[in-house]
Amino acid sequence: MNDEDLGTYQPLTYFQMMEVSLRELLVEKGVITEAEVEQAMGEIRARSPERGAKMVARAWLDPAYKARMLADGSKAAEELGFEVPGLRLIVVENTPETHNVIVCTLCSCYPRMLLGLPPDWYKSRNYRSRVVREPRAVLEEFGTKIPDGVAIRVHDSTADMRYLVLPMRPAGTESLTEDQLAALVTRDSLIGVSLPNRHR
Amino acid sequence: MTAAVAERVAARFKPGDRVRVLKAAPPGHVRTPWYIRGHSGVVERLCGDFPNPEELAYARSGKPRQPLYRVRFVQKDVWPAYAGPASDVIEIEIFQHWLEPIP
Repeated sequence: MNDEDLGTYQPLTYFQMMEVSLRELLVEKGVITEAEVEQAMGEIRARSPERGAKMVARAWLDPAYKARMLADGSKAAEELGFEVPGLRLIVVENTPETHNVIVCTLCSCYPRMLLGLPPDWYKSRNYRSRVVREPRAVLEEFGTKIPDGVAIRVHDSTADMRYLVLPMRPAGTESLTEDQLAALVTRDSLIGVSLPNRHR
Repeated sequence: MTAAVAERVAARFKPGDRVRVLKAAPPGHVRTPWYIRGHSGVVERLCGDFPNPEELAYARSGKPRQPLYRVRFVQKDVWPAYAGPASDVIEIEIFQHWLEPIP
């Protein structure tokens, strides 16, 4: 190791050490294989907010799909090939009267199968404790100003349901294709802390 | 001797029913947020029945399965100093054994 390498060397953290130790022990004892771990990691990395965005774009274009999505979010996800094993997905719709935002105050429940790994702020004590009691102030910190005439509905994901926000379709997007619409749907707009990007 | 355990508990509330969350502090793993205990709200929907997390946490079967509801609370009722309009609400999943009816 030369001096340059030493400059970037980081010792393993406590939890990294625990993970490596447990994984190596499980492999050594033949409970799992390295290949299975690699495969599982690959599947976790493959999940991204693009899945949720695709569902939203489809709902914007197809009223029948939107109706099915609001009736049973899990089935609507599976219809597009996204498995939602063991958990029930509830899709909550933003309207001119209501804005929805998702949190898990107890831990960090998150629709990982449709949005991938949660952002760090979603798991932070700051977000979890404040968005339930001052959602308007928290949304403003994300640059999202919700007028007082629009009711804010906070969803605390405390048990077996998972939530996805169906944002309102931005104005001026009538001519866009499904893929172009999906590109406007950000991860944060699916959690409800922001709105979809505007079409330029 | 093992006592027979029921598979599930029947749902006693329906959407629109007014309910109060028990103001209790039992030991162990509980999934009813502290801030909502003792508050009153309205059942938004019945989500189905699920293994009781308070039992699952100790590697028990989770039976009998408990009905799970989404209950809607008015923010101004939950937080006395709430700054937003009276139309703002919070919806929380709460298991039936944490709810009592409001006559």
